[in-house]
Amino acid sequence: MKEKLQKIKEEAVRNIEASGDLSKLNDVRVAVLGKKGELTAVLKSMKDILPEERPAFGQLVNDVRAEIEKKLEEAKAALEAKELELRLKKEVIDVTLPAKKNRVGHRHPNTIALEEVERIFIGMGYEVVEGPEVELDYYNFEALNIPANHPAKDEQDTFYINDEIVLRTQTSPVQVRQMEKGKLPIRVIAPGRVFRSDEVDATHSPSFHQIEGLVIDRNITFADLKGTLAEFAKELFGENTKVKFRPHHFPFTEPSAEVDVTCFKCGGKGCRFCKGSGWIEILGCGMVHPKVLRMSGIDPEEYSGFAFGVGLERIALLKYEIDDMRLLYENDDRFLKQF
Amino acid sequence: MNTSFEWIKELVPGLDVTEQEYMDAMTMSGTKVEGYRKLDADLDKIVVGQIMEIRPHPDADKLIVCQVDVGSGKNIQIVTGAPNVAKGDKVPVVLDGGRVAGGHDGSITPGGIKIKKGKLRGVESEGMMCSIEELGSSRDMYPEAPELGIYIFKEDVEVGSDAAAALGLHDTVFEYEVTSNRVDCFSVTGIAREAAATFRKELKLPSVTETGNEEDVNDYIKVTVKDTDLCSRYTARVVKNIRLAPSPKWMQRRLAAQGIRPINNLVDITNYVMEEYGQPMHAYDLDTIAGKEIIVRRAEKDEAFVTLDGQERKLDENVLMICDAEKAVGIAGIMGGENSMITDRVQTMLFEAACFDGTNIRLSSKKIGLRTDASSVFEKGLDPNQAIEAMNRACQLIEELGAGEVVGGTVDVYPVKKEGRRIPFEPEKYNRLLGADISKEEMLSYFARLSLSYEEASNEILVPSWRQDLECDADIAEEAARFFGYDNIPTTLPTGEATTGKLSFKLRIEEAARDTAEFCGFSQGMHYSFESPKVFDKLLIPEDSRLRETVTISNPLGEDFSIMRTIPLNGMLTSLSTNYNRRNKDVRLYELGNIYLPKQTPVTELPEERMQFTLGMYGEGDFYTLKGVVEEFFQKIGMRQKPSYRPDAGRPYLHPGRQADIFYLDTAVGYIGEAHPAVTANYGIKDRVYVAVLDMPEITANAGFDRKYQGIAKFPASTRDISMVAPKETLAGEIEKVFDEKGGAYLERYELFDIYEGEQIKPGFKSLAYSLVFRGKEKNLEEADLAGAMNRILKSLEGMGIELRKS
Repeated sequence: MKEKLQKIKEEAVRNIEASGDLSKLNDVRVAVLGKKGELTAVLKSMKDILPEERPAFGQLVNDVRAEIEKKLEEAKAALEAKELELRLKKEVIDVTLPAKKNRVGHRHPNTIALEEVERIFIGMGYEVVEGPEVELDYYNFEALNIPANHPAKDEQDTFYINDEIVLRTQTSPVQVRQMEKGKLPIRVIAPGRVFRSDEVDATHSPSFHQIEGLVIDRNITFADLKGTLAEFAKELFGENTKVKFRPHHFPFTEPSAEVDVTCFKCGGKGCRFCKGSGWIEILGCGMVHPKVLRMSGIDPEEYSGFAFGVGLERIALLKYEIDDMRLLYENDDRFLKQF
Repeated sequence: MNTSFEWIKELVPGLDVTEQEYMDAMTMSGTKVEGYRKLDADLDKIVVGQIMEIRPHPDADKLIVCQVDVGSGKNIQIVTGAPNVAKGDKVPVVLDGGRVAGGHDGSITPGGIKIKKGKLRGVESEGMMCSIEELGSSRDMYPEAPELGIYIFKEDVEVGSDAAAALGLHDTVFEYEVTSNRVDCFSVTGIAREAAATFRKELKLPSVTETGNEEDVNDYIKVTVKDTDLCSRYTARVVKNIRLAPSPKWMQRRLAAQGIRPINNLVDITNYVMEEYGQPMHAYDLDTIAGKEIIVRRAEKDEAFVTLDGQERKLDENVLMICDAEKAVGIAGIMGGENSMITDRVQTMLFEAACFDGTNIRLSSKKIGLRTDASSVFEKGLDPNQAIEAMNRACQLIEELGAGEVVGGTVDVYPVKKEGRRIPFEPEKYNRLLGADISKEEMLSYFARLSLSYEEASNEILVPSWRQDLECDADIAEEAARFFGYDNIPTTLPTGEATTGKLSFKLRIEEAARDTAEFCGFSQGMHYSFESPKVFDKLLIPEDSRLRETVTISNPLGEDFSIMRTIPLNGMLTSLSTNYNRRNKDVRLYELGNIYLPKQTPVTELPEERMQFTLGMYGEGDFYTLKGVVEEFFQKIGMRQKPSYRPDAGRPYLHPGRQADIFYLDTAVGYIGEAHPAVTANYGIKDRVYVAVLDMPEITANAGFDRKYQGIAKFPASTRDISMVAPKETLAGEIEKVFDEKGGAYLERYELFDIYEGEQIKPGFKSLAYSLVFRGKEKNLEEADLAGAMNRILKSLEGMGIELRKS
């Protein structure tokens, strides 16, 4: 019997090694260990063995079985690994073939610029507020220290609906509406559409966007204005951006300034982009004029504040190097897809 | 505003800076220099030469060969084709290796043209004689220069000396951007005052001497100002025995540098004083003034008047006129009359320097349609105190230049003298506003240079009358800040109560709209708020539609931009059309923008501005694609109830069979549909266009960002399929309404999985198949749990004439 077992084992091992694939391997398993398998048959013949020999014989059969099973497992693992390897080899793809594009739309460059500005100021504690685009002359001019017949009213080339109603020429009227609410302190930015009677060309549009900022509190200083806008410029144009404040005049602020930033193209060395000066003008600002505060019901002896205004298109054109403002309102898919 | 550097240096003698230094420092102290132009930038090695000998060129008829003394001890030979030179003439000569600015045709070559020794038709030429154009200027500025040919010095100039200097070309012209509040800086003295303060140098204004003979001007002219509200001051002087002549070279050169063309001594003096003081003046031929009297009054309604340019002008009672005893002789501050203008035959002249109301001049000039150099200065609002200074300065120049005999005395009608303001000096307050620490003494030193004096007794700043812009502490603080230097003010961040940065709820919903649209492949467009009233016809909107009631711009850029839009479709269709015409495929756009609905027409109060979320597409996709985007958006902003769609919305711009109003909880929130083919044709699009417009105020009212976790189903679902044949006109929405209403608590969802019309279905019917998914939250459902709901559903469907098919 021993010899027979030995023979079964040797043959099984041989067959396992020769099997070559998983299905043949399974045939081998069935032929040896299956219900009708050789080893099972040997076990069945146990009854022919002397009772006292049975435990030793049983042990021997189990050992042989364990050994064959182990071989089978090893062979199976080896064959599976080989098969996987083959499959992976077969499944090689050309990774340089073009991607399957997801159809995703694109934000307008104005909005991208706006969201950048909003993110910066929201981070500094500013609330984003809005106001009407068709506005009372009072809010657009008078309450901003631009009385009737002020030359500034001419300069701005306003669209009028009637004597009292205009298309706002700036987002500054939102300032006044905010101050009139009487809730202090104020820290807001007001983005929005504004209108001026300019013919359409590469650098002009009768409709464009501004972002107005306003801070009113006790002890707000011009130094605070400088610090705030310096921070803003760094966030928007990069850590190394420097700002320059030049005295200027706006009816609703005093002192007033125009702000230049170092050219982000050449870093201030001077290039074609900044017309050789190294600086690019980006916004106007100043301390809210005491008359404006007073008109909005705020005591300039107790409170002070600053305001600034920046053209959204100006930032978008500069940042994204768009050379013609008309592109912003044509909505050509090939243009929009670039943002 | 432009100024010559030399002129500024004359008024600020200590000024010793380069052009760039001047530009930078002036800009930083508030007088913005836009740029500068060095008149001699491209001129090099140009000297005065004298022609000693002229011989014909041996090989060229049109050329001559000149021997020219250039002061070097040895004559040089120059070949020229210029027709106008003669022996003995003194001319500008550019030597070998020198440069000129351009060609004799007036063209300017950037960087100049280098001149080298060479041969002309075989004859050596060692330099070039120059025309005024080659020196970068023109006959406009140098009227004595010949029309063609070489500039010839008429005055005595030294041979070999710097010719550019003799022509006043060693100068630089600065161009400034003067802000509207600084009327005083529209003059050379005003700019010079700023320069003196900026560079901390002394300001040396011209000393105006007393002028006039023994006679009394009152014997020549009487002045009455009837409308003193429009003319706060009128000064007049008389000059007799006028001798018209060219003004001297120094004055001509200075005007040329300012960009003003020299004419004759009288005009040049007027222009010179205008530049110097910023005060326009006018001269009348006194012999044309009837009654030897000037009356300043408003015009009559519809009065006609011929100005000195020969044009007849229509006036009205708001226009101020200068008149004599019989007639009008000038429109105040705008232009004189043809009837009183100075001619070559003038003997005696009436000189006027007045101060007119700026606003009135601006409005009159607009009304008449005539904006002149004078009116554009007057409209800024001048200081009446400068009128007399300018007048006396002009008379001084008349005497100095020998242009005439100034009659003694001045007529000065100045009923209310304008005094300068007094502002308390509060340095701590200024520092508090600026966040700076500028000493009191420092501030006072800046102010003194600006002619703002400090009165210690009252502790007040005395503001000169020409500084009309200085009214309150903030203004004075700015003066301190400008000269302390904005750069030197510290950089801090606001302190105080913390505030929360945020977007309003409305803006957050708009952000979600953008996100959803973009995820669904729509790119953001932007359109103008104003458009043409013709768009209503393009959109097939009927004549009596409320949409045609618009907010209308009274001064539009043209009809195409004249009304504020009441519907956002024109912008969308225009952009889709642009893309279609440019052969862009499968375009999807969205827009977030307002429409403007008047509360009444004509408009008497602010219109209602409603934000519209507009989606538009052509190419790939259909009605249901767009519908999916709308519902995606609703999901995103927490509108979890099922919207309903009502067909036959009656919108003329949409396909009648493919349109619906969108309702959410019984509120109309927008509409969706295929654009009417006639409308797309009007926009030149030969493809189906789908649009959806969502009214954001209604959307926002129903939106929310609250989220609650519902748990993940623990029990398996039971699915029942229903196949049916329904009349063609039965809407899926009606069938689904049955599911919603009769489905019971266990109906979790349902899904249309087949819809078919055609061969196997009888005419007038369609087959639909739905899968209904039931699920219990607390238990496994059994047949009995579903039976009730299914029976109710099937019964209701049968009641609608729907045949059920056994599946």
